Amino acid sequence: MRSSASNGFCAYLRRDLRLSHRRLGEAASPLIFFIMVSTLVPLGITPDPASLALVASGIIWVLALLATMLSANDLFAGDYQDGSLEQLLISPQVLVMPVLGKVTAHWLVTGLPLTIVSPLLGLMLSLPEAGYLPMMASLALGTACLSLLGAVGAALTVSLQKGGMMLALVVMPLYMPVIIFGGATVQFGIDGLAWTGPLAILGAMLAAAIALCPLAIAGVLRLTSIN
Amino acid sequence: MNWTWFYRLGSPLWFYQTTTRWLPWLSLLAIVLLSTGLIWGLGFAPQDAKQGNSFRIIYLHVPTSFLALAGYFLMAAAGAIGLIWKMKLSYMIMKSAAPIGAALTFLALFTGAVWGKPTWGSYWVWDARITSMLILLFLYFGVLALQYAFHNEEAGNKASAVLALVGTVNIPIIYKSVDWWYTLHQPSTIKLTSAPSMHPDMFQPLLVMILGFYCFYVVALCLFTRVEILRRERKTTWVGELAARSSYEVESDKK
Amino acid sequence: MKFQFQDLSQMLTMDGHGVYVWSAVIVTLIIIIGLIVRPLLQHKVALNQIAQDLAREKLRKEVAGESN
Repeated sequence: MRSSASNGFCAYLRRDLRLSHRRLGEAASPLIFFIMVSTLVPLGITPDPASLALVASGIIWVLALLATMLSANDLFAGDYQDGSLEQLLISPQVLVMPVLGKVTAHWLVTGLPLTIVSPLLGLMLSLPEAGYLPMMASLALGTACLSLLGAVGAALTVSLQKGGMMLALVVMPLYMPVIIFGGATVQFGIDGLAWTGPLAILGAMLAAAIALCPLAIAGVLRLTSIN
Repeated sequence: MNWTWFYRLGSPLWFYQTTTRWLPWLSLLAIVLLSTGLIWGLGFAPQDAKQGNSFRIIYLHVPTSFLALAGYFLMAAAGAIGLIWKMKLSYMIMKSAAPIGAALTFLALFTGAVWGKPTWGSYWVWDARITSMLILLFLYFGVLALQYAFHNEEAGNKASAVLALVGTVNIPIIYKSVDWWYTLHQPSTIKLTSAPSMHPDMFQPLLVMILGFYCFYVVALCLFTRVEILRRERKTTWVGELAARSSYEVESDKK
Repeated sequence: MKFQFQDLSQMLTMDGHGVYVWSAVIVTLIIIIGLIVRPLLQHKVALNQIAQDLAREKLRKEVAGESN
């Protein structure tokens, strides 16, 4: 039983990673979005490094949130259209593990790359030096949270034709605690405070999300996708 | 244990007939309470020593804020009952609660903003409670949007019920984190959190207003639900008879 | 308990706070009344719609009966 559950997890993780590897352009678009939109910030506000430094942490977090949210829409959409989601739903195995595998794959192709390139953005937006480590740590944990919550929204809207905008409406309020503690971690780092505190809360949120979100996603997929 | 009363609650026909009987009285009660409270609060309650007359907005702000939050929990509870016991009626109540709740949340925000201007000099501040209220409005928007996005009624019901439940799990988390965030950035000049004990002369009209708003809420919820019942039960014979009778009355009025 | 203002015009201005208090009152009343009136209208529309559908159905059945 244990092995079949972990098989479901690994199988779907591997499958989704392979799919995004084949469509590299699509998979990389959240990352490119993340970098491109950050150029708008100095253009829109000011190129002055001192002013940018004030808002850098918040902007990087908001952009990471948007990039994750935009890509979350595709989590189940492809599977829904080609019918493999239905196959998954009628298969006898526990739905939770494949779902968790898919979300993990989503985080590996969006959240993790975002975390890795975020120092580059920090550089461009003149983030103070003390903020880099807290930023990467909080982004790593926070984007995983965002992927899980986004997947709940994606499951709710999977059978809708214009799911993208609806997804944004549905998950945005749920994202707010994550961005509060994510932004605070970076700010604490910059101000020289103990930034591991808010980071720990992010970790707690992630733990709760890992436990609860796959259950919710599995339930929602069963309820709404059969249309 | 006799459970028939519980199942009867799920019958749209029973709900429709009962509300037809009770709604006039309840509406009357709501009108009496609201007009008494409003006149009492606006004209007869004493002024606040610090805020002067602008404090009278409390008689609108507090009841709407109460109901905005209570309405969300009611909506989520109705959704949960629908998911668990598959009651048609509870989905109809859930769908009706969403627009009313959103309107009341907007009212709470609006009256708060209008109160804020004379009291601390600005319509909007990013205070913990105001921000939480705004997020609550967004949660309502999500449920409303999801409800109307589905062509399939069944799927729309279930999806918005789940979303409302996910929202209820999140409300305490959101509230706590917004609270924490606010203490982090708290501007020293503004302090809304102190709630001094109210003088009874000020409190009594507020109580009347809160009761009146609760009655109003029930009336509005019943009215919205009745429309929803007619729409979803249009194929049943009792709705057909009802419609035939009402159109007959209209024609005999014309003659 | 006594009336707090000398006359109605003073109640209208409320020492300069009248704009805020009365705009809150008016907007609240508009929305509350709207929340009552809207379902009442929709109720009527829905009933009429159903009655029309039924009448049309009945007519169609009669016509179908005659042609047989």
